[in-house]
This record gives sequence, structure tokens and C-alpha cells, in this order.
Amino acid sequence: MADSYYNSADLRKFGKITEWSEEIGNKFFDYYGKVFEEGALSAREKSLIALAVSHVVKCPYCIDAYTKDGLQKGITKEEMMEAVHAGAAIESGATLVHGVQMMNKYNKLSM
Amino acid sequence: MQKSLKSRDNELAVTNKQLEILNGGIFADGELPYFKDKINEIGQFPLRPKKLEILQINVGYMCNQVCEHCHVDAGPDRKEIMTRETMLLCLDIIRNTGAHTLDLTGGAPEMNPDFRWFVEEAAKAGIKDFIVRSNLTIIRANKKYYDLPDFFKKHNVHVISSMPHYTRGKTDKQRGDGVFDKSIKALQELNARGYGMPESGLRLDLVYNPSGAYLPGDQMALEADFKKALKEDFNIQFHNLFAITNLPIARFLDYLIASENYEDYMYSLVEAYNPAAVSGVMCTNTISISWDGWIYDCDFNQMLDLKVASKVKHIKDYNEDIINDRNIIISQHCYGCTAGAGSSCQGTVA
Repeated sequence: MADSYYNSADLRKFGKITEWSEEIGNKFFDYYGKVFEEGALSAREKSLIALAVSHVVKCPYCIDAYTKDGLQKGITKEEMMEAVHAGAAIESGATLVHGVQMMNKYNKLSM
Repeated sequence: MQKSLKSRDNELAVTNKQLEILNGGIFADGELPYFKDKINEIGQFPLRPKKLEILQINVGYMCNQVCEHCHVDAGPDRKEIMTRETMLLCLDIIRNTGAHTLDLTGGAPEMNPDFRWFVEEAAKAGIKDFIVRSNLTIIRANKKYYDLPDFFKKHNVHVISSMPHYTRGKTDKQRGDGVFDKSIKALQELNARGYGMPESGLRLDLVYNPSGAYLPGDQMALEADFKKALKEDFNIQFHNLFAITNLPIARFLDYLIASENYEDYMYSLVEAYNPAAVSGVMCTNTISISWDGWIYDCDFNQMLDLKVASKVKHIKDYNEDIINDRNIIISQHCYGCTAGAGSSCQGTVA
């Protein structure tokens, strides 16, 4: 058994997932590549979105990849940290908004 | 201030040690392919020169800065400086070469005591594009250099300057404390002489290279970011930004190994290998001459002491036809010039 469930060197092997399912693997990478091209949003903006989402889904591979991608695109550390906060705010907001459900239930059950 | 590898007696100051690393490890054990095998796949091995266009002369390794990534291992403690005698040999070549561009580099080329004389004599030779690679801070380093912007203008020198980022923190981290502010002041002085202005014939280009173990992003996008930030923050203008990949040699190699980024960086370079960039790599249209007159395929091979594979190896025997009929010497550092959109002293190539 591996010492850890996550090994940073495994990120280099990501492309190998096509070896066990070529057609849909390739479709995924084609889609992935297309998504991050310049479009209505710039590649820079998409990189920051990806960084924020990487934190929200807590994917260490994605965090490594999009920190490096941001550096390559000249994104500053301040911009990166603000993106992480934007993701964290949505995630904590998603928890807190359930407080309304708790309040609704509390009120319904209470005299 | 940091010191050069040479003055620190670092083992990487010995070029054979660098080549041992580049040829060994993950390449020797087959994890990554040798550069030779990659270009062989597209019929480009051995790599051959095309028409000579650029004559790059390194007039010395002395520099007022000690940048962390420097592939020259330049610094104030480096005493290798081109003499006037060697410059005279270079002038003979400049007068007779088929190349259209003369590219002076260093260290800080301006620190060579014969720099001004050499520029004046080379300018008389009437070469079409005359480049000086200036680190900018030299212009503000000492009173004796304050006239450089006027001097460059007088000889219509094309100035190419290093500027790793438009923020103070990233620039100073790579190039030393205070470098950003001095560079901004120098750029403003060049702008005041007309350098870098939109319709100006006085060309001012900037060189961006990453401040760490990652590859440069899209050159055009970076140029747009630099132009916007430098204009808004400091009213500075320039013509083009050249995004250059850091090659894993000298101080950058030392940094990669010390920070445990070497293997990941080499993987990044190999993954980003772009066969379309191979035919445009600078060693196919450039030759590099060292301070002591030896001839190399490029400035990087010069720093690895890989002299041209030709019976003419020194400018005292210079013969352009013989030199152009050679195989270019390659190693794994060459992946740096074929990654992504490619990289050369003139930026991307593909």
C-alpha cells in the first residue's frame, strides 16, 4: 500500500487515464483544453476561477497545477489569495445559508 | 549580495558537473527522453544551422547585479572581460559578416571599459540592427553610466532590457533589493529620449523570464499585462516583451536543485516540448562569441563551455562558411528553447 493517498508525482501521470478508457479519456482532455482557451473570459480569469474551485473541491493536484498556471500567467500572489477567499466565502456561505433551514425547522417545531 | 557560483566554489561552477546532471538522472534511467531522440523523431538530428542572421558577442561576465536565475553566473566578482585586442578581431568579423544583427550581451556589457569604443566602431560598420542587452540598473549604478541613454540614442542602439515583473516584490526577489526602482527610473529616462515610444525608431524591448521553477505563459498576454501596468503605474512605454524560458544551467540549475524543483522542472520542459519550435531555435541563425574569442552555438552553450563542432573554434581563424557547415551541439538544456511557443533571445519562436 502507498504511504499516502496523494503523491504529487501522480499529477504527471494524469494523461495516462486514457490508457484504460481511450475514447472518453480523450474526450475529457479535449473538452478540458477547450474550456481553458481564451473566450468570453480570458485565460487569466479562467485560471483564477480554476484556482478557487481547486480549493473548494480540496484537490491538491489541482491546487499545485493552478498555482503554477497562475505564476506562468503573471498572476500575483495577492490575486491568487483573493480568488481562494472568493471560493472559501461561497463554500462557507453554502453552509451558513442552511441556517435558514434550521431556523425554519426550529420555528415549525416550537410553540 | 549573493555571489557567483564561481566565487562560492560551488560544484556547478565546473561546467562538466552541470552536463553530468543534465545527461544523467531521469534522462539516463529512461524516465525522460534525451533531446537528441526527440528531435530525431522529426528528422532534425543532427541539428544544422540555417543562414547566419545574428552575431551575439558576450563582452564579459562582470555585472553590477547577481540575479538568482543568471545563466551566465555573472556578478561583480567575475573578471572575465573582452580586451580591445579581441574586439578588434570582432570588428573584422562585423565588417564582413552576412549577419544583419549584432547583439551585445554580458554580464552588464556597459561595464567593459572599452564598451563605448566598441559600440562606436561597430556602429560605423553599419549593421542593420544593433542590440545592447542592458540590465537597466547599470544606467543608474554610477555617475559614469548616466549618459548611457544619450549614448544609445546617438548610435541608434536597439535596447533590450530585463524586467521580470511589473511589481516590485517579484523583480527584487529575482534580481536583488532596489532593482525594481532603479529599473523604473532607467526606463523613464529611456522613454524621455524617445525610446519605446509608439512611433519612435528607437527600439526598447523588455525581456520577461519567470521568477521561479515554472515556464513563461503566453507572450502576448504577458506583454499586454506589462504594458497596462507600467503605463498606469509609472507612465512607461516599450515596444515588445520577449518571454524567455529559464534554461536549467548555472545559477538557475543550482536554484532548481536546492529548491528540489529540478525533476519537476525538467518534466515541465519535456511535456511542453513543441516540435514546431525546433526549426526556429536561435542556434540555427545565431553564433555566440565569448569574451576570449571562442565561438559557440548559443550563449547557453557558451556557459556550458560547449564550443562549436567545427574546425574553426576561435575568431582568430574566423570563416563564416566553415562555421555554418557544422552540427549544433545539444543537450537536455535545449528543451528550454523548444518548450511551448519556444524561447530565444528574441522571445518566442513558434
